[in-house]
Amino acid sequence: MTNLLTLTRTRMVLALRNKMFFFFSVVMPLLFFFLYAGIFAKGDPNRVRFFLGPVLALNVMGSFWGLSATLVTFREQGILRRFHVAPVTASDLLASSVLANFILTLPTVTVVLLFARFIFHVRDLGNLLATFLFVCAGTVSFGSLGLVVASITNTMQETQVLNQLLWLPLIFLSGATFPLGYLPKVVQGISVFLPATYLVTGLQQATLFSKPMSELLVYFLALAFWSALSFFVAAQLFRWEPETKIPRNAKLWAAATIIPFLLLGIWEHGNGQMLKQGQEAHRTLEESYQPPSEARPKS
Amino acid sequence: MPNPVLQVENLVKRYGEVEAVRGVSFSVEQGEVFGLLGPNGAGKTSTIEVLEGLRVPDGGRISVCGLDPQKNPNELKREIGAALQSTSLPDKIRVSEALRLFASFYQRRRKPEELLKRFGLEEKREAFYSQLSGGQKQRLALAIALVNDPKVLFLDEPTAGLDPQVRREIYGIIEELKQDRKTIVLTTHYIEEAERLCDRVAIVDQGKLIAEGTPRQLKQRSANTARVEVRLAKQTENGALKGLDGVVDARELDGIYVLHCQRAAPTIVSLVKLLEATGNELVSLEIATPSLEDVFIELTGRRLRD
Repeated sequence: MTNLLTLTRTRMVLALRNKMFFFFSVVMPLLFFFLYAGIFAKGDPNRVRFFLGPVLALNVMGSFWGLSATLVTFREQGILRRFHVAPVTASDLLASSVLANFILTLPTVTVVLLFARFIFHVRDLGNLLATFLFVCAGTVSFGSLGLVVASITNTMQETQVLNQLLWLPLIFLSGATFPLGYLPKVVQGISVFLPATYLVTGLQQATLFSKPMSELLVYFLALAFWSALSFFVAAQLFRWEPETKIPRNAKLWAAATIIPFLLLGIWEHGNGQMLKQGQEAHRTLEESYQPPSEARPKS
Repeated sequence: MPNPVLQVENLVKRYGEVEAVRGVSFSVEQGEVFGLLGPNGAGKTSTIEVLEGLRVPDGGRISVCGLDPQKNPNELKREIGAALQSTSLPDKIRVSEALRLFASFYQRRRKPEELLKRFGLEEKREAFYSQLSGGQKQRLALAIALVNDPKVLFLDEPTAGLDPQVRREIYGIIEELKQDRKTIVLTTHYIEEAERLCDRVAIVDQGKLIAEGTPRQLKQRSANTARVEVRLAKQTENGALKGLDGVVDARELDGIYVLHCQRAAPTIVSLVKLLEATGNELVSLEIATPSLEDVFIELTGRRLRD
């Protein structure tokens, strides 16, 4: 336990000294926020409220970039092997990076919510507890995804290629950039298989409609289960030495982390509410762009 | 009474098809400085990393402080300290932070302040790791290795790649540790390091331990040979030099001809005659007392730096 705490503190200090971290984890999310709130929402409080979910989701999902890159660098430079010769376990190192990332994500999330409230005058920020819980599940699960990426790549270059391949579908097909209800039906069909969609929907339903946790429990539990599974797989595949080869079955293990959302996606297709909720949210946005007379015709 | 802190029996380590360590056995006593001397690729690092619990052996029995590195890795890691060969710390960690971080992993620990002072790092305490020179990084590595006041200290090539002045500085530190009766296992390919620092040396080549003893004992093996190093005005053939009186072995290294012979005088006389006959001239001549290098050449027919 002491190891976890001291490692977490060190990881936080190191992250704060890293300009890349500052740019990707603080500057970028705020830029996204102002882009969405200022340009797409044109400063309208209701529309800003619609975009809060996607903006927070993007902020949280970015976790996997930093975590995968740091772990691979630490392994490449022989930093991990220095820890290996001390009484430190792989779980200590992995958990400390997830925990440090989670703690460092909270200030940016808070700033986004405060800006929404005081700069864009969003009076009601929705269900803050549910928002917090989804931020937790999101940072931990996408952080763990980063650890899995690091375990099946050898060099920084490979890591970045795989990160790009994951990032693009995750942000474009999940409602994090284009609203879910705006996406073509085919793409919506694919979106239910992506963990990002559950995160975006959970956050949006909490912020936009103040939905209680009880109605969002499936999304939350899915992300929580995925976190545990990814973390477990990352710990199994952990390599201390730069020259240790990736085990043959490693990619299968990594692919196994897709299973929960594959099953959940199939279930969503049959019974799920997620796509309807996405469409409903999108309708509120579309209505807000129409002139008042058309939106609410007087009889 | 001998009190081995470390025992290795018939250690084997393979990397795929390559057998890096091929049945190495030795033991190290409490308070002893034991050196593994050999060229790069001899299997020294593989041996020491198996002892540290970093690598899984493919055969043999190992006991370090009474523990098996594979069965009790965490207990073992609390008892040992190590300065690894290819390792690093995060660029942006400060010297004092690194020491405090590693100290936090152990229950038995020395005060980071004391270590900073002892290793001359007080002025650099706030410096980032990336701002340190090679020598400072190595001093920090040694300080971290000692942070848990270890029973056995492993130093893998502690002075490799450092300039001679810094190397002597590190020797000073290791000599101090020796005075404290620390048990140290070090690997090196520097003759001087093994002779100066080690109580006992094992010469390792191609994964095998080929000789073992105190530096003095080992050198006595070569006591009946002398080394003559000559520089000549014109190149000559090794074959011609091998035919000189009393020469056991002759080879050219960076323009210097190294002759191993039974006695120096007759060899030098016959060398001068040969030079006269071939119209060659002597530029310099040096007679060296036998060193561990000569032992190595005698045993393997190669120089350590080959």
